[in-house]
Amino acid sequence: MIPGRFAYRRAGSIEEAIAILEQHGADAKLLSGGQSLIPLMKFRLVEPAVLVDINRISGLDRLEEQNGQLVIGSLVRESVLERSPLIRQRYPILADTAEVIADPLVRNLATVGGNLAHGDPANDHPATMLALRAEVVARGPQGERVIPIDDFFIDTFATALGPDELLTEVRIPAPPPRSGGAYLKFERKVGDYAVAAAAVFLVLDSEGKIARAGIGLTNVHYKPLRAEAAEKVLLGQHPSDDVFRTAAELAAQASDPTSDLRGPAEYKRAVARTMTFRALRRAWNRALAA
Amino acid sequence: MEPVPIRVTVNGQSYRAEVEPRMLLVHFLRDVLNLTGTHIGCDTTSCGACTVLWNGQPVKSCTIFAVQADGDELLTVEGLERDGQLHPVQEGFWEEHGLQCGFCTPGMMMTAVALLAENPDPTEEEIRKAIAGNLCRCTGYVNIVRAIQYAARKMRESVPAAAGA
Repeated sequence: MIPGRFAYRRAGSIEEAIAILEQHGADAKLLSGGQSLIPLMKFRLVEPAVLVDINRISGLDRLEEQNGQLVIGSLVRESVLERSPLIRQRYPILADTAEVIADPLVRNLATVGGNLAHGDPANDHPATMLALRAEVVARGPQGERVIPIDDFFIDTFATALGPDELLTEVRIPAPPPRSGGAYLKFERKVGDYAVAAAAVFLVLDSEGKIARAGIGLTNVHYKPLRAEAAEKVLLGQHPSDDVFRTAAELAAQASDPTSDLRGPAEYKRAVARTMTFRALRRAWNRALAA
Repeated sequence: MEPVPIRVTVNGQSYRAEVEPRMLLVHFLRDVLNLTGTHIGCDTTSCGACTVLWNGQPVKSCTIFAVQADGDELLTVEGLERDGQLHPVQEGFWEEHGLQCGFCTPGMMMTAVALLAENPDPTEEEIRKAIAGNLCRCTGYVNIVRAIQYAARKMRESVPAAAGA
């Protein structure tokens, strides 16, 4: 399959990329890992007039802790995230997530920024970022702005990013003591999108009760879903299977999946319930070990 | 659209060409350079038959534009053999019957080469995880895993000898 014709521009800096976007508006698309965009172009579902390759912009592949936050540059490849000792030790929920995205070949190119900016509710990072209360940093002609993750996903394949904005980095609060997270995905086979998946992040207080909870769900709604009712029911509770079951049920109720080749909606809702329950248990065990 | 000049090193040899921006890397390799060892399977980023190494990393060449690789190094299956000697991975696939129809084999071997460069002594699980993006519809993967294990052994045995020479 051959994509439609386009002009190729390789941006050497963030400023240059933004200037090209400003000039061409919605006719231009940013190319990072390309592992979602290029297939869409081959199917001619997307036909940008101008493709702005941002892969050579230096500094967009930062992956470090700074001022109490984890900073993930938008060009950090999934394979880098997956193997990073910092991520594996301090942010295992992100390693859980990266290692179930597509397959290893795709992960060598696919980027964290692209996974979010694509706005696909079937992508895996959105749920994790919702659970972690991440912030997305965007740069445009007017400068930089910080978008809370709750305001980032607008609709299916639509985010808060403007046509002339570039996602530069994601910021995640460093994990407090007695915290843990997990991402669990049920997929038919390696490389597939989730039937349903759940991201959970828990913070315990000094008595072991749940002080903070974040729950995000993948592929069970028209956009990445934060299960707020399920989060609320956990607060102040001593973790137990009963408490987790109640929260998982609320997460399932918040889900609104569509029936498709991955199964009927009722089945997907049941998978969302089970994934949430198991992710809660794993997050709790990690919080106890932290 | 204007063709774009690119310069790439493929299997150690430098090439200059003018490509349309929309030309996929796999088409550049096969149709421009006539390196047809890299196969086109699904053409939808699923099967890994088109796997090549881009600056040492295994990637799906059907999901990269040739223009993106400007200035870079590529390795295809044609670059594995040296002076008439099969690469240990190729030898492994031969000795362990790591293929039936052979269509996935070039991509599978490129992934294996990259794995062994990073991890000279992988476990079976690590091998299976590494080739998860390369689909084979014939073998059931058992002999592919054996082929890669054969290559790993062979490469480990040859390293100390080379270092001592």
